[in-house]
Amino acid sequence: MSTTPEDSRGIGTDEWVAQHGERAQRGTGLYARIGEAWMGLPSLVRWGIPLLLVVLVPFAGSNDYILRIGINLGLFLLLALGLNLVVGYSGLLDLGFIAFYGFGAYAYAALASEQFGLHLPSLLAIVIVVVTTAAFGFTLGLPSRRLTGDYLAIATLFFGQMFVVLMVSSDAVQFPWMDEPMDLTGGANGISNVDQLSVLGFTFDSNLSYYLLLIVLVVLATVATKRIHFSRHGLAWRSLGEDSLAAQHMTIPTVRLKLLAFTLGAGIAGLAGAIFASVQQGVYPSTFELPLLITIYAAIILGGLGSIPGVLLGAAIMTILPELLRFPEYSNWLFLVVLILGTIMYLKSWKLVPAVFAGMIAIGFIANVIFLAIGVPYLTTAEWAKGPLAPVLGSWIFMPEERVLIGNIAFVALVVAVAWMSLLTRRTTIILLPFVLWLAIFTWEVRLMLEPSITRQLLVGALLVVLMATRPQGIFGKPRVEVL
Amino acid sequence: MMSGSPESESNPTPALELIDITKRFGGLTSLDALSLAVAPSEILSVIGPNGAGKTTFFNVITGVYTPDEGDVLLFGESIRGVDPHKVARRGVARTFQNVRLFQNLTVRENITAAMYGRTNASLFDIVFRTPRARREERENEERVLDALSFFGTRLQGYRLDQPAYSLSYANRRRLEVARAMATGASVLLLDEPAAGMNPKETQEITEIIGRLRDERSYTIVVIEHDMHVVEGVSDRVIALDHGVKIAEGSFEDVATHPAVIEAYLGRGSAARK
Ligand SMILES: Nc1ncnc2c1ncn2[C@@H]1O[C@H](COP(=O)(O)OP(=O)(O)OP(=O)(O)O)[C@@H](O)[C@H]1O
Ligand SMILES: [Mg+2]
Repeated sequence: MSTTPEDSRGIGTDEWVAQHGERAQRGTGLYARIGEAWMGLPSLVRWGIPLLLVVLVPFAGSNDYILRIGINLGLFLLLALGLNLVVGYSGLLDLGFIAFYGFGAYAYAALASEQFGLHLPSLLAIVIVVVTTAAFGFTLGLPSRRLTGDYLAIATLFFGQMFVVLMVSSDAVQFPWMDEPMDLTGGANGISNVDQLSVLGFTFDSNLSYYLLLIVLVVLATVATKRIHFSRHGLAWRSLGEDSLAAQHMTIPTVRLKLLAFTLGAGIAGLAGAIFASVQQGVYPSTFELPLLITIYAAIILGGLGSIPGVLLGAAIMTILPELLRFPEYSNWLFLVVLILGTIMYLKSWKLVPAVFAGMIAIGFIANVIFLAIGVPYLTTAEWAKGPLAPVLGSWIFMPEERVLIGNIAFVALVVAVAWMSLLTRRTTIILLPFVLWLAIFTWEVRLMLEPSITRQLLVGALLVVLMATRPQGIFGKPRVEVL
Repeated sequence: MMSGSPESESNPTPALELIDITKRFGGLTSLDALSLAVAPSEILSVIGPNGAGKTTFFNVITGVYTPDEGDVLLFGESIRGVDPHKVARRGVARTFQNVRLFQNLTVRENITAAMYGRTNASLFDIVFRTPRARREERENEERVLDALSFFGTRLQGYRLDQPAYSLSYANRRRLEVARAMATGASVLLLDEPAAGMNPKETQEITEIIGRLRDERSYTIVVIEHDMHVVEGVSDRVIALDHGVKIAEGSFEDVATHPAVIEAYLGRGSAARK
C-alpha cells in the first residue's frame, strides 16, 4: 500500500472534504463557546448538575403545583424516551403511541379500583400492565412489517384514534352470556377512585413521593437508553431507520427489531400510564387524544430526533413552557424577550440593533400623538398596565378603549405586513422593521393580552417556529452536511 | 497480475453455486437459466452491458428476489428464497451499486452495526453491562480497526467518528467494503466497487480486492465496468448479456470473445480498455 500520511494530504485526496463536516459544526461566538465548555465537562457532571437541581426542587420550599408540573414532566420524559426508540432510532412513524399510554392507564385502573372490584397489589398490577401493553404494542407493530413511512403513520393513527372511541363507548358492552350490558371503561367519565401505588408497605400518597419515584424511573430509563444507544441493538435500530434494505444485508433482522422497538416503546408507555392513573387516582378518555400526541412529537423533534439529551430537553420545554405562560406577566416578558432576541438574531449586526429599536420607540410615540390628535378614547396607564413593565409600557403604548376592534385591525395589519415583508429585500425589510415591531407589541398588548389562552398557544407556536428555523436539526441534533 | 489458478480441483464444493437460475420481471427475463460456480478464495468478475442482469444476479443470491427457477447453493447448501439477513449471517455480504451506507451513523458505527449477526448480547446484557456485553464491545472495537486497516489511513483517526455522509465518494465505497467485511462473511459480492473513483483510487481498490483474497481468503465476486480492474483482479471472468452467460474464462479469452465484443458494440458502447 502506498498510502502514507504524506500523500493523503495531496491533491486528489479527500482531506478537505472529510473535514468539511467538522468545520461546519464548529460554530463561532458565545453560544458555541459555552457549548464547548459544557461538553468539555465530564459526563457525570453534565448529567449530575441537572439531576441535582430537580432533586432539590421539592426541598427549596416549593408547592404542590410545582410538584404536579414535575410529575407531568417525569411522565412526559418517560413517554418521550419510549417514543424515541420507535421514531428516533427505528424511524417508524408511530402515531398510535398515545394509545399505549392510555391502555396502560386504563389497564391499571381496571386492576386496581372498584370498577371490577379488583385491588391487586401495585407491583403485580404494574407487571401485568407493562406486559399486556407491550403485547398490545407488538400487535400494533405487526403492520410495520410491510408498511413504512406515511402508510404506517396512517395505520397507527387510526388505531390510536380508535382507542379513544373504544374507551368512550365501552360503558355498556353487551356480552352474549350476560343479561345486563357491562360497564368496562366508565365511558366519557372514565374510572375514578383508582388505588395509589403501594410498594413493600410504602404507599405513594403525596405528590412528593410520586415526584421522587419519577425521578428514579427517568434516571433509570435514561441510563438504559444511553447504554442501548451505542450497543448492537441501538445500532441495529438506527441502521434500519437509515436504510432498512442495507440493514438486512448487514445481518440485521429488521422485522424482529421493528417489532422489538414497538414492544419496548409500548411497555415504557404502559408503565407511564399506570403511574399516571395512580397519581390522578382516575383515568379519563380525553387525556389520550391528539393534543398529547402532537405535544410529544413536538418535544422529540424539537430536541433532535434520536439524541437523548435532546429528547429530555425537548420534553422539558414542552411541559414547562405552557405552564409558565399561564401567568400573563410571564408571557408578557417572554413575548418581549423573544421579539428582541429574534430581531437581534435576524439583524446580526450590532450597529443596526440600536437604530432599529430607537426607530421602534420613536414610532410608538408618534402613534400616540396621532391617536390623541384624532381623539380616540383611551384607558389610562393605571387602568390597564400591570406588573413590573407597567411604567415603561404604560407611557409608550396607546391603549384605546375599544381594545377588541382596534386590536383586531392591528392584528390584520400585522399579519399583512409580515407576509408582505417576506417578499422584500433585506434592506427594505430593515427600514420597515421598526414599524412592524411596534405594531407587533401594540397588537400583543391591546388585543392578545385579553385572551391568555390564545396568547399561550401563539407564543408556544412562535417559539417552536423560531427554534426550528434557527436549528432545523433540533436542539441537540447533528446538522447534516451533504457532500455534493 | 493475480495468480490465475482457481483451487476448484483441490476443493470439490464450490463456495457459491448457481444452478439454472431464471428470474423474470413481468415479461422481462433478467436472468435466463444462469449456471455458474465460484471456488473458495476465487475472484470472479462479472461483466456485461447495462441491464445485462448483473445486479439482479447479486439480488438473487442475497435473497432480495427469489429466483423463478433454479437453486442457489452456498457451500453446498441451498439459500434459495432465504431472507437477506439470514443469507448475510450464513456468510454472504455485499456492497451496493449506489452506495447504501447508514448516512447519519459514524464510520465506526456503520461497521459495528454490521456485526449484529455475529454478536449475542441481549438487551438485558446491554442495560446491565454484563461481562458478555463488555467483552463483545471490546471485540467489536478490534474488528472495526481490523477491517479499516485494509484501507491504510484513509478511514482512520478522526474519520472514525465522522458521519458517513461527510465522507468523500471514494471513502464511502471503501467504507461499504469494510462494512461488508465486518459481517463476518466469507463471500463478498462487490457491485462496481471502483465506480466514481479516479485512476489512482481505482488502482488502490484493485490492490485491496487482491489482498482481501490473498490475506483473508475471501471468495469474491466483482461486478465491474472498468476493464483495468477486471484485468487486475480476476481469476476468471464471465460475461452476461440479457441474463444469459455469453462467455466465461480468463480475462483475455472473455475480452476478445466475439459474442462479448458484439454485446458491447451492438449497443454502441465498447468495453472500456
Ligand atoms: N425490481 C425490478 N423490477 C423490474 N425490472 C427489474 C427489476 N430489477 C431489475 N430489473 C430489470 O432487469 C434488467 C437487469 O437489471 P440489472 O440491474 O441486473 O442490470 P445490470 O447488469 O446491473 O446493469 P447496470 O450495469 O446498469 O448496473 C434491467 O432491464 C432492469 O430494468
Ligand atoms: Mg447493476
